[in-house]
Amino acid sequence: MTVELLQGNRAAALGALAAGCRFFAGYPITPSSEIAEIMSRELPKVGGKFLQMEDEIASMAAVIGGSVGGLKSMTATSGPGFSLMQENIGYAAVAEIPCVVINVMRTGPSTGLPTSPAQGDVMQARWGTHGDHPIVALAPASVRETFDLTVKAFNFAEKYRTPVFVLMDEVIGHMREKVELPDPKAVEIVNREMPTVPPEWYEPFGNPPSDVPPLAPFGEGYRYHITGLLHDARGFPTERLDEIQPWVERVFRKLDRHMDEIAMWQQDGVEDARVLVVAYGSTARSAQQALKIARARYGRKVGLLRLKTLWPFPEDLVEQLAEEAQRIIVAEMNLGQIALEVERIVGRKRVVRVGRADGRIVTPEQILDAIRAPRPQPARNPALARF
Amino acid sequence: MKRHDQGTYEYLRRHKRFPHVWCAGCGIGIVMASILRSVQKLELNQDDVALISGIGCTGRMPVYMDFNTMHTTHGRALAFATGLKMARPEMEVIVVMGDGDALAIGGNHFIHAARRNINLTAIVVNNSIYGMTGGQSSPTTPLSSFSATAPYGHIEQPFPICDLAIASGAAFVARSTVYHVNQLDKIVEQAIAKRGFAVVEAVSYCHTTFGRANNLKTPVDMMHYLKDNSITLQAAKKNGDELPKDRIVRGVLHDEEKPEFTELYDQVIEQAHGPLPARKRKVRRGWF
Repeated sequence: MTVELLQGNRAAALGALAAGCRFFAGYPITPSSEIAEIMSRELPKVGGKFLQMEDEIASMAAVIGGSVGGLKSMTATSGPGFSLMQENIGYAAVAEIPCVVINVMRTGPSTGLPTSPAQGDVMQARWGTHGDHPIVALAPASVRETFDLTVKAFNFAEKYRTPVFVLMDEVIGHMREKVELPDPKAVEIVNREMPTVPPEWYEPFGNPPSDVPPLAPFGEGYRYHITGLLHDARGFPTERLDEIQPWVERVFRKLDRHMDEIAMWQQDGVEDARVLVVAYGSTARSAQQALKIARARYGRKVGLLRLKTLWPFPEDLVEQLAEEAQRIIVAEMNLGQIALEVERIVGRKRVVRVGRADGRIVTPEQILDAIRAPRPQPARNPALARF
Repeated sequence: MKRHDQGTYEYLRRHKRFPHVWCAGCGIGIVMASILRSVQKLELNQDDVALISGIGCTGRMPVYMDFNTMHTTHGRALAFATGLKMARPEMEVIVVMGDGDALAIGGNHFIHAARRNINLTAIVVNNSIYGMTGGQSSPTTPLSSFSATAPYGHIEQPFPICDLAIASGAAFVARSTVYHVNQLDKIVEQAIAKRGFAVVEAVSYCHTTFGRANNLKTPVDMMHYLKDNSITLQAAKKNGDELPKDRIVRGVLHDEEKPEFTELYDQVIEQAHGPLPARKRKVRRGWF
């Protein structure tokens, strides 16, 4: 165990290496470039491969290619690059190829404010690529947690054969903290399941009891077909409803039934809270400070729910924890993205959005003001006044 | 007498995938058979061959062949193949693309794969049109021909695929047509055997969309067109080194030995185990 002064981006790279990442393909973009730089130096030392591609579209494609070749693969980017990757993220989702994308979020849309922090890519992470698909997204709030969640991201990707995002924001990516990193040998690592059946029985997209069919790398004697078309159990394109329907159900089920493991969070004083603050990433640090002041100076009963898993959204958890609270404040560096999910679950009336999208962090004062504000009267739509 | 393609039947996923999607008389099947014969002639193990494609009529090719096959997104086949090749340098990775796939949406990946000189075989089936979507103009549609999106005649000049590949740094560049199958076989075989980025432009046709719009309605018409308008490299060079621009020049246009990317990367891995190489430091005023 070593104590280091570490940057968030470096922690992400070290986490990836500890998790067994052996292939990185990327394209430079601030504020994530440090991850690529570190990987270019460290990967060859462990026999891994680093590739700087011609753009983010190619990066994501190469990552999938590397993963099909049997290496744990990743890329790192920021908003504009994340937009370009969406096409092949969809491919990874439909072909169930394990891969990890680290998105160090900066203010958008478009080139936006390079490189001020934001949390504006939360909905893009969920619905950025077209069509319905399962996805996992994790949001660390400290340098140490960046390491841990990057390891988790690889574990989830390999275990569930799905693309996994680590949604860092620029604050976490560039922040330096004193951290104690675990011994790399002590890190729990999950590797993808390999087929044990003879090649002629192998179903790369079959329907096993675990819902996650084993994935054989190319070149190991299991010759099969991978396609972005909807496919049958062997991977061949199909338009038959009786082959498509089980596939669609399975890829959602494979995450849904493991929500116990995938949903990660931290809670603080939620039990008797009258006001519940929901936050994630660096905003959760502001929220923690606001909580401290609200309790010590104003004696408010406030609780904090810090989400580490953003997608699949932990619906049951939020519903349960928000039951007793009169007001739920959702603080985030956007104008309401996770707030939409919270509103969907607890209803619009109790939810207060605290957000900004101007490249500045949400301050503790902003959240404190929301905690102390009198209960807002819901604005009435004049057109509905006669009802 | 033994047929020259005897045994290639074994390389097809013949029980599951046929009949294929291509129109009767299409040239893509000829290119596919050419690949199978080359793989057979080179005595490659099926398990060690990966076939990657993009989207379009040519993109459907891998599904019929019993290798490690991947049908990727439009234009990105080379980028997927690059990742796979990095992970499995010992595999023979063949990429099949159409002209729109390789040069319009995938143009950037095409030139950069060539620049990197990674050991892939890129086979571009050039039918000078977008066939699957119904005959729209592609980057290789000839000037003043007609297409579904050029009803008044095409006013853009076509991409010279081979020139582009040579200029971008490909190690091996060759061209033939689906009419000249024996030559195509040889070229594809050479390209697969080549260490480095190898490009084969297999000039094909689409009688269904391009042909109908340009008075070449049947596959036979199109075959005649290929026959009459092509010339071997040797014949073309008789009149000096300048190649004719109005003819399809068939042959190996470029073949050079140069460092290959995965081999260079192995050297990087060896180097990385020592300290980082010392860089020459030159401090010049005005840099910062």
